[in-house]
Amino acid sequence: MNPEPRTMFEKVWDRHRVLEREDGQTLLYVDRHLLHDGTAPAFEMLKARGQKMRAPGRTFATPDHYMPTDTRIAAEIPDPALREMVLSLERNAAAEGFALYGLDDPRQGIVHVVGPELGLSQPGMIIVCGDSHTSTHGALGALAFGIGMTEVAHVLATQCLWQRKPKTMRIAIEGALGAGVTAKDVILHVIATIGTAGATGHVIEYAGSAVRGLSMEGRLTLCNMTIEAGARAGMVAPDETTFAFLEGRENVPTGAAWDAAVARWRSLASDPGAVFDRFVELDAATIAPTVTWGTSPQEAVAVDSRVPDPAAAPSPGRRAEMEEMLAYMGLSPGQLLAEVAVDRVFIGSCTNGRIEDLRAAAGVARGRQVAEGVTAWVVPGSAQVKRQAEAEGLDRIFREAGFAWREAGCSMCLGTNGEIGRPGERIASTSNRNFRGRQGPGVRTHLMNPAMAAAAAVTGRITDVRRLMEAG
Amino acid sequence: MEPFPRLRSVAVPFARDNIDTDQILPARFLHLARDADHGACLFRDLRYHADGSEVEDFPLNRPAWRAGRIALGGENFACGSSRENAVWAMHGHGFRAVIAPSFGDIFAQNGLKNGLLPVRLPAETVAMMIAQAEAMPEGEVTVDLEAQTVTAADGTIHPFEVDPFARKCLLEGIDEMSFTLSHHEDIAAFERRLGRENF
Repeated sequence: MNPEPRTMFEKVWDRHRVLEREDGQTLLYVDRHLLHDGTAPAFEMLKARGQKMRAPGRTFATPDHYMPTDTRIAAEIPDPALREMVLSLERNAAAEGFALYGLDDPRQGIVHVVGPELGLSQPGMIIVCGDSHTSTHGALGALAFGIGMTEVAHVLATQCLWQRKPKTMRIAIEGALGAGVTAKDVILHVIATIGTAGATGHVIEYAGSAVRGLSMEGRLTLCNMTIEAGARAGMVAPDETTFAFLEGRENVPTGAAWDAAVARWRSLASDPGAVFDRFVELDAATIAPTVTWGTSPQEAVAVDSRVPDPAAAPSPGRRAEMEEMLAYMGLSPGQLLAEVAVDRVFIGSCTNGRIEDLRAAAGVARGRQVAEGVTAWVVPGSAQVKRQAEAEGLDRIFREAGFAWREAGCSMCLGTNGEIGRPGERIASTSNRNFRGRQGPGVRTHLMNPAMAAAAAVTGRITDVRRLMEAG
Repeated sequence: MEPFPRLRSVAVPFARDNIDTDQILPARFLHLARDADHGACLFRDLRYHADGSEVEDFPLNRPAWRAGRIALGGENFACGSSRENAVWAMHGHGFRAVIAPSFGDIFAQNGLKNGLLPVRLPAETVAMMIAQAEAMPEGEVTVDLEAQTVTAADGTIHPFEVDPFARKCLLEGIDEMSFTLSHHEDIAAFERRLGRENF
């Protein structure tokens, strides 16, 4: 008798099941535990119990959240509390013996950029990290999700995690993406369509010709923002694009072991006839360069749209919510988004800090100047990305255009390192969350793709990058 | 973790959907040590003006609700970041339960591991409880984890579901890590198999 067809998610889940509890929870084995510089409390929890790490060889760390991006020297971090976050990671790595890509390591960077580029993240793995954007690694066909600090401590001690099996959702995006439309626009469109809680309790598998047509960087962006739709994780089936990306990277098998790994990875794709709990189909041709207007990633519209009118809201509650968002954002109903002036531009983050993202932004910046009164930063996602960009001359393009070229790290995405805007400032940002105050108290964030952010920098306002592309 | 009590308290209404963890605990407080006063930072930018004075009509600043131990939230309460610090902030302020129609997945998990019970009730029930809290700020709500019921301020009783193991851990103050470590042999057997299969 043929086994029942399974989804990719189910195959990975089943393979990592250590045991089941009578209440239906599963103890899952974790292949890769990624750490950043915000995990000191988890080590304190271990220390308080006299507990050591179970599998230091499966744990990899890099400082990203608390490290200012104007230095690589911990002693130069002016805030002692932030300095301590970075130094405590170094101390814990030395004490427990796990791999650390520290500030002086050429492989340092944002944890969700470093994992894939070092080949630590591989198809079929379970990957966890104390950061919600761990869903990024699902782009390689891994089951990857964010966990809290108590769970981080639990994985350090046991290399396992109790989880209730989530539901599954398949989002198929068919057709070709238009000019100027990127993976960032696709995921913003997905979130705007299903809502910020639209996938709560689910793992999403992204499929369809538009997804298969994305580069690895694009898929990483897509899966990165899956959490903003409420999902536990997002996954893309591994294919030739995945294998080409991984081959030859550090930590990836070679020779006969590589061939065996690829054969295994090919078998991960969802079986024909596998049943998903929910199914969503979207037409790639309907997706435009997209910008957020409110204080949730679901409040996103095409860049050539007008700011929505709360008067058209479906309920009084929604109307009040929209009015509150517009007041915070300093926008008026019916206002053209493409005429909203910006004060700052941030290009970077685990969403859009990879080489492809920087190339796209540089393509717009080339031969242009950052508008007067605008402060624009480019923060590479990793030291490797930074070196590659410099080898390609992208740093020169940015500098000549008036952008600041920074060191690798999370930077203005969430401002834990002190890199934030001033109250009332409006930021065009390639990051993942436009929550109220996310980039500093009173700061107004508009999410967009890297080329759009560069266009905002050189024009001084939110701009439809397609117009600049036409102008050459 | 201390055993979870039978809670009786005024209910503090945060009557909006999609309240995110950046609101509950802004990122600039994430560096605080585990034993720091996270409660003082709870809803910092909504609760206080830039000069540190209180925003008068914010729920936590209303006299009747200052000492509330039960929160009422909208759909998708505490969506966003995995920061457990958001739970520490709510717990540090004194909250022991949050009643909402739905939660951010990671926040709900974090809550259960830190003595902050996420209670899911139907949206219309929560809306009714929010309306009652606003009409009668002194009205008390009871959360009984043992019986798995919420008694609203008007006396109506509403059952809720909770993960059985999490319930046991909360009621008895059991630590999940100790439970898992007792399965050391199962994990070791899995690791031996994993090594053979060249995962």
